[in-house]
Amino acid sequence: MVTLTENTLANPKERVTPTVVHNPGLAKEAFKSVGTRPLRPDGLDKVTGRAKYGADFNAPGQLVGKILRSPHAHAKIKKIDTSKAEKLAGVKAIITAADLPDLTNGDKGMYDILDNCMARGKVFYDGHAVAAVAAIDAATAKAALKLIKVDYEILPHVTDVDEAMKAKAPVLFADCFTEGVEPKPAKASNIAKQTEFGHGDVEAGFAEADVIVERSFKTEQTHQGYIEPHACVASVSPDGTGELWVCTQGHFVYRNHCAMLLGMDVAKLRVTSSEIGGGFGGKTHVWGEPIALALSRKANKPVKLVMTRDEVFRASGPTSASSVDVKIGVKKDGTITAASAELRFASGPYISMWAELGAMTSFACYDLKNVRTRGYEVLVNRPKSAAYRAPSAPIAAFAVESVVDEIASKIGMDPVEFRIKNAAKQGTKSSYGPVYGPIGIGATLEAAKNHPHMSAPLGPNQGRGMACGFWFNFGGQTCTDLNIGPDGSVTLTVGTVDVGGSRASLGLCVAEELGIPYNQVKCLVADTGTLGHNDMTDGSRGTFSSSMAGIFAARNAITVLRERAAKMWEIPVDDVVWEDGHAKATGSGHGNLAPLSLKEIAAAAANTGGPVAGHAEIVADGAGVSFATHIADVEVDPETGRSKIVRYTVIQDAGKAVHPTYVEGQYQGGAAQGIGWALNEEYIYGKDGRLQNAGFLDYRIPVCSDLPMIDTQILEIPNPNHPYGVRGVGETSIVPPLATIANAMSNAFGVRMTHVPMSPPRVLKALEAAAKA
Amino acid sequence: MAVIVSTTVNGDDVQFACEPDETLLDALRNRLGLTGAKEGCGTGDCGACSVTVDGRLVCSCLVLGVEAEGREIETVEGMADGATLHPLQTKFLEHAALQCGVCTPGFLIAAKALLEKNPDPSEEEIRFGLAGNLCRCTGYDKIVRAVQDAAKEMRGA
Repeated sequence: MVTLTENTLANPKERVTPTVVHNPGLAKEAFKSVGTRPLRPDGLDKVTGRAKYGADFNAPGQLVGKILRSPHAHAKIKKIDTSKAEKLAGVKAIITAADLPDLTNGDKGMYDILDNCMARGKVFYDGHAVAAVAAIDAATAKAALKLIKVDYEILPHVTDVDEAMKAKAPVLFADCFTEGVEPKPAKASNIAKQTEFGHGDVEAGFAEADVIVERSFKTEQTHQGYIEPHACVASVSPDGTGELWVCTQGHFVYRNHCAMLLGMDVAKLRVTSSEIGGGFGGKTHVWGEPIALALSRKANKPVKLVMTRDEVFRASGPTSASSVDVKIGVKKDGTITAASAELRFASGPYISMWAELGAMTSFACYDLKNVRTRGYEVLVNRPKSAAYRAPSAPIAAFAVESVVDEIASKIGMDPVEFRIKNAAKQGTKSSYGPVYGPIGIGATLEAAKNHPHMSAPLGPNQGRGMACGFWFNFGGQTCTDLNIGPDGSVTLTVGTVDVGGSRASLGLCVAEELGIPYNQVKCLVADTGTLGHNDMTDGSRGTFSSSMAGIFAARNAITVLRERAAKMWEIPVDDVVWEDGHAKATGSGHGNLAPLSLKEIAAAAANTGGPVAGHAEIVADGAGVSFATHIADVEVDPETGRSKIVRYTVIQDAGKAVHPTYVEGQYQGGAAQGIGWALNEEYIYGKDGRLQNAGFLDYRIPVCSDLPMIDTQILEIPNPNHPYGVRGVGETSIVPPLATIANAMSNAFGVRMTHVPMSPPRVLKALEAAAKA
Repeated sequence: MAVIVSTTVNGDDVQFACEPDETLLDALRNRLGLTGAKEGCGTGDCGACSVTVDGRLVCSCLVLGVEAEGREIETVEGMADGATLHPLQTKFLEHAALQCGVCTPGFLIAAKALLEKNPDPSEEEIRFGLAGNLCRCTGYDKIVRAVQDAAKEMRGA
């Protein structure tokens, strides 16, 4: 069906070019540009220090903004006294929630965003913003923060998800009655929402089972850990117009949110995205940007606001902590008869959809007759949970894939064969509802089975594990312009922020469609004043959706190019075709007309109708779902409990790898984040409800010496909904690692780890418990 | 009270005024406009602000601007020789050793310092040599390969 590149060759030029053997229903099969590996257009600036990230932008006369944050996990704000700070020389503006009136007009989601940006009467977590200052320099702004006096009435808090669900837990909101439950509960609680998915008769399915395994799991809260803290420069003029330069995954959405919260017209707020120093979902939410705009409006000067790392950890980003129960029943022949899961996700203080996504993704890899999942969004005194790369799927997969492994072992079946037997396929009704088209789970499992990694010898204290992962992928609103210059060079203007090389991939797709060399195309990311609305770069949609829109824009430009050629030749446009970057005359009587290149047509544009351009505005439906299988060898030191990954392999379906090197990069990066989550990373809260490890020293993400090379294998099962078969590739790679590593530890020691991260103390404890048993 | 500091940055004699408690990182970025070095943490844990002072690799967020007096500072902006990139810069591009690129200036400076001390490092020596620099995008695989390839080219092997 498929076969692709291995990342074991040091020289990219020696690598095997991806080839598609199986290509169902896809118009395009042979590619010239797509699938090659050119250098990215923004690369030179990034290796020479020229690239401008969020904090690298400055505006003339700008002030420095700083935010005062709550030291308490849960408290009423009785009074904020800013009078002393206001008198400090150099302070130009101080704002509190009073300067951000509620303009959300009953939109609960937007109100929560407003409340998170600046606390309104109550603080809900350690780090919640309560006031902000703009001053002539950082030292003055910091001094002013110290002069602001906030009178708090401390309230009881709860940070643990299971504790928060208990009847006696402190309730964050007196008006929170669980959504999704009929009839509406009589009593307020921290359970904001309940969702259910599945089909069939789960009880009947379990009754048919020969073996049932049921287990409970916990995962701790982790942060996306982008190296670049949130940063922006905001400038609001007295005439009601404004500009925002910001590191974001979606400047159009930031614009819409900020405009609503500030009471500005969307068209009057122009947002420019900087180069982005990592986001992984954490830069899909506004945090300090509305504050910077409000400060600028009050001070009538530009304001630069850059978070410290401490603020990034305490007040932006993290994914949910969770507690999950999974139950699976099987026949002795390995057929799963029923599966169920209950997922309780800490949502921070605001309702979210993270448990819902966990419930949807739990069993998405499998073809199940009877399946039921239930998710609970639970409010706790922690920062607002945010999207983190395939949000919630790694947590659900950790629990489900651990039980899958255990039950396969119980019936004496190889874990890969067990998964192959139960894998979802084309036509399977997924556990979250839709029926699958062509999908890659089976192919990734077959590739894993045949991968040399699977049969390589293991050393002492080493174990091997494998697990699967799923992510939906997303399409969304996309608007793209393609403009052809008088010299025939092509500018592709997109509105999706480039988080890891998408400008190269998009250039390749447009070069492919126009039939011109890659280096004739320049792709750039436009500001919000230049294009129509674009959704965020999230859901692995950047390359998927903007390439779709880019290809459609190119097709529209080709229509114009054909018309222009027809005009130049004075023949009917129907007699002109576009091939290999040239207009060619077809039909009788035109045999003597030499093909016209794009450059020649562009050069004549002034006399044939003006500039040549193509546009596309689409909702990029049909993002193909994505599957991966990972294999890991883990070595555990039985004395210290420290684990080391000694070999790691990622196998994932890309649909079509537009730029295979960057696809590999996504696979490797996601795996590395998953490894950090599995082994080390966690938010640690004290009894006082304060975050104890808000820094990279104590919240330790994997460093270079923690990891081995990460081998990749790209499979291509084309997505029939994209002109070139592309699927999103960015997220799925973080889904399997937690379970993969847990399964490897189980394989090494016969110990089932049920609490992530599997840090040395937890591993030691489990080893000691196993030794006693 | 600001202090006048005379120093050499990327071979150029420069002067800047900075506060006595101002970091070298802030001085480079805000006084000299050299924004290649990034602040990822401000506590010396991420390496995004890596520069060399008299050839020694440092986190510029942990060095004071006034300590630059009479020293030779090198930043990512000085790595290329005019239009000719340093082999590490070339190999980082060729191997796609960057995704978001915000850690890249620090990695390039740290890798250059490593190869100056050890022109033929093993994979493990590279991994430990670069362990003070955090990258959240790549999983380090392509970074290590780029450094291996650059080292090979610089040795003329």
